[in-house]
Amino acid sequence: MNSLKKFSKVVALAAVVGLLGTVAVGCGSAPKQDGAKPAADAGVKGSIQVKGSDTIVNLSQAMAEEFMKKNKDASIAVTGGGSGTGIKALINGTTDLANASREMKAEEKAQVKEKTQKDAKEIIIANDGIGFIVNKDNPVKELTMAQLADIYTGKVSNWKELGGNDEKIVVYARETSSGTHVFVKEHVMKDKEYRSDALLQNSNAAIVKEVEGNKGAIGYVGLGYLKDSIKTLGVKKDANAAAVMPSEATVKDKSYPVARPLFVYAAGEPQGAAKAFVDFMLSSEGQAIVKKMDFVPVK
Amino acid sequence: MSPNGENTAITNEIIMCKESLSKSASKKRRIWDITEKMTEGLLFLSAFIGVVTIILIFLFLFKEAIPLMADPAANTLTSKNWYPISNPPVFGLLPLIAGSIIVTFGAIVISVPLGVGAAIYLAMVASPVVRETLKPAIEVLAGIPSVVVGFFGLAVLAPLIKDIFNLPTGLTALTGAITLALMALPTITSISEDAISSVPRRYMEASLSLGATRWQAIKTVIVPAALSGITAAIMLGIGRAIGETMTVLMVTGNAGIIPDTFLVPVRTMTATIAAEMGEVARGSDHYYALFVVGAVLFLMTFVINLVADIVSRRMKEVE
Repeated sequence: MNSLKKFSKVVALAAVVGLLGTVAVGCGSAPKQDGAKPAADAGVKGSIQVKGSDTIVNLSQAMAEEFMKKNKDASIAVTGGGSGTGIKALINGTTDLANASREMKAEEKAQVKEKTQKDAKEIIIANDGIGFIVNKDNPVKELTMAQLADIYTGKVSNWKELGGNDEKIVVYARETSSGTHVFVKEHVMKDKEYRSDALLQNSNAAIVKEVEGNKGAIGYVGLGYLKDSIKTLGVKKDANAAAVMPSEATVKDKSYPVARPLFVYAAGEPQGAAKAFVDFMLSSEGQAIVKKMDFVPVK
Repeated sequence: MSPNGENTAITNEIIMCKESLSKSASKKRRIWDITEKMTEGLLFLSAFIGVVTIILIFLFLFKEAIPLMADPAANTLTSKNWYPISNPPVFGLLPLIAGSIIVTFGAIVISVPLGVGAAIYLAMVASPVVRETLKPAIEVLAGIPSVVVGFFGLAVLAPLIKDIFNLPTGLTALTGAITLALMALPTITSISEDAISSVPRRYMEASLSLGATRWQAIKTVIVPAALSGITAAIMLGIGRAIGETMTVLMVTGNAGIIPDTFLVPVRTMTATIAAEMGEVARGSDHYYALFVVGAVLFLMTFVINLVADIVSRRMKEVE
């Protein structure tokens, strides 16, 4: 009993200290007003809003942080919400830049023109490619887009239907929070639902690890994760096309079908801080961040 | 109070004593009073902060969950699929609740017999030396970070389960249940052991002198007497298991289906929140739906704690 008393005392004390700490930190972490700081470096001034694609939000955030480190007086607010949300905000004038993982539709461009009297300006900041991977022991080498869609929607559930062994297909996908999940859903599956028993993993590395150890597995990962311990599938546009392996080169020349450019849109030519930020994204520093986040640079 | 050395008359001494007493006492007394008040205030503040924090968390959760109710998407809460980013989105909570329940249930089925058994052994059977080495060892288990347990589940347990049951994948509810049982075990063992050890010795002695064997005494007297503590331990274990996030995120496969056996991947409520909260757009339906998941989870753990409280009070009344 004695030990329990001691234990509970310690726990109680810890809890109190923890709570006090939380409260103190909570009060202390009010936004710092560093308005009094002299701007020694003649950096970019002004604050801009960037809104849109969830695929790009992390990349955009990383770039914004780097940009703000260099330009102390610039503030960039990045929010997600999806490409459609970003484009809508651009039309309504509530954001300076819209991230989009798809091209703007014609009617959206018309709306931008109508509302802001300016043409929508399209900037490609990166390319994105997804490789499909299977276990090394799987004899299947290549699949068509339609076959991939059938696997992921659950229409096909055994490898022998695709020329493989008599083995159940175990489908690995990224978590719904991942832009890759959305990209595959829109681009490969034509917006049909994933099969409900698809195993959702929260990182590329987890998918690679699972596919390594599972004969029936199929998964998809960003280009940076394709390695020799797993087998990367060639993808055909349709049954008659040649299979193309994913690589930086095939993504750039658009011959690999599961790839897309990532866009930033502005209403008219970006001005001031927005222009500086766009230039930063296209600079070698910005493109290095693109590479770091496992996208394909445009330059 | 020191005795006075140079006294001749008794009355003199008494007066001097009284003086020194009142002087020193009043000074000390005042300091005591102040510390008393300060301690009281501090303790009250601690309790107050705790209670207020809980209430604020509660309010915040429900405030963020309510906007979904005003939306047509709320009608999908009882459906069997969790497709939060589809068009239109489907926020079916059933697979998530089922996933959490099956994993927790499995963990409890595994860890309660083991935990209570170990507690009985430690408290009643083991020699003092064994007890003093084993108990700290079991309590160290409680300190293993959940990521490490999750990694163990991913690297060791999952392939094993895949091979034993010949499954397409080793990331299943069973894998989750076993890893969670590992985590709930130390809690259950150590608190149950305290409860059993605190049963008065004379109960045991009385039963033995009436001719009961040790096992009969433990089974019919000691364990029932310690039942309130054991129940509390079990409830704490359930709480630990149902609220665990990192481990289940790593080992259950996170497929949003309503499980029919322990050998399929499941998606728990905690894992869903952890996996999706990072990317979700603030103020979207999906964001509010995650808070609904959190609120449901909060209610579940709240009910579990309430039941534990009532049960242990009942037991005390019986005693």
